[in-house]
Amino acid sequence: MSNLRYLENVVTLELDVEKCIGCGMCAEVCPHGVFVIEERKARIVERDACIECGACAGNCPVEALTVKAGVGCASAIINGWLTGEEPSCDCGGSC
Amino acid sequence: MRWGFGRTRYSISAGLYAIGTPSSDSPVLVTANYKMTFDILRRDMHGHDAWLLVLDTKGVNVWCAAGKGTFGTDEIVRQVQKTRLQQLVNHRILIVPQLGAPGVAAHKVSKACGFKVVYGPVRSSDLPQFLANGQTATPAMRRVSFTFKERLILTPVELVSMWRQTMWSVLVLFILGGIGIHIFSFTAAFNRGGAAILTGVLGLLAGAVLTPLLLPWLPGRIFAIKGAIAGLAVGFLGVILLRDSLNWLNSLALIMAVSAVSSWCAMHFTGSSTFTSPSGVEKEMRKAIPAQAAALLVGGLCWIATAF
Repeated sequence: MSNLRYLENVVTLELDVEKCIGCGMCAEVCPHGVFVIEERKARIVERDACIECGACAGNCPVEALTVKAGVGCASAIINGWLTGEEPSCDCGGSC
Repeated sequence: MRWGFGRTRYSISAGLYAIGTPSSDSPVLVTANYKMTFDILRRDMHGHDAWLLVLDTKGVNVWCAAGKGTFGTDEIVRQVQKTRLQQLVNHRILIVPQLGAPGVAAHKVSKACGFKVVYGPVRSSDLPQFLANGQTATPAMRRVSFTFKERLILTPVELVSMWRQTMWSVLVLFILGGIGIHIFSFTAAFNRGGAAILTGVLGLLAGAVLTPLLLPWLPGRIFAIKGAIAGLAVGFLGVILLRDSLNWLNSLALIMAVSAVSSWCAMHFTGSSTFTSPSGVEKEMRKAIPAQAAALLVGGLCWIATAF
């Protein structure tokens, strides 16, 4: 695995430990190993590796996870600024 | 195809396909209708028997389509029902690529059509082993990588995606290049405009080819800074090589412009990378774009000043 890392302390990922049932879906879907499951609860261990893809929050059956999901793409964000809409990668070609 | 030509038409029909000679017990693999995705999956599953449930993602790959939601819960349920999958297979399991997870809610799929979603590995090349392991993925199969080779194959499409900006820049640089003591001269437009375009191309190569390749070794975490450093290095190299024909104004213009263009292109590579978050990219852009604009302005003013 490559150890490329992005900026620190910027991601919007939040875990509500009270709601968590420890099913492990978040750890399964996360492509960057952000979560571990310990004593039937999820714990965020690699917060700054999170890319805010939204897979964990969408697959959490008890909505214990929240994240402002989107694409980490400069073109998409510029598109969002120009159109005044949510950033999307409908930029014709590149994604 | 890696250059991006005709990519938006490179799709196959959604629906159910077979690999080998699957039976009612064979696994069902869900995928996107981007032809490159489909072909790689077929290649990696060669010699195995499986059903392929191809979603209509408008010809977009799994990860990007999941980000847009076209690879998602609703489309899976729609295709399961349309293909009457429950009559075809005895089991009730869909193997969904892990990178499709941002668009899919496993518990909602199961509620809507009775099929349980099992997330498969990130890379289809791990599928045979995943299936052999009783449909369990090792931690390594669950991680996204971004190796030198993976970055290299992205650089052509990175260059092509910049073509529209490049064409406008070429036009503007020719016009600006012609302006001088003769008010406007076509000879000057070609000579000076040509030199400026070459400068822009240097910036493009530094930001869209060199920076992606050297990504782990360029200092800092901010893509715009990595690109600016690559651009500075290329700019200084250019000044050293052309030291006999450049005065200090030309030199400053060259370094400033190459760095600014390189930084801009590198910033756009965030979209191709596998480890950037939208919050991070937005933060980086708010700081980087004014700096890039300032550097380009200084470079441009120096360049125009050399005409007089």
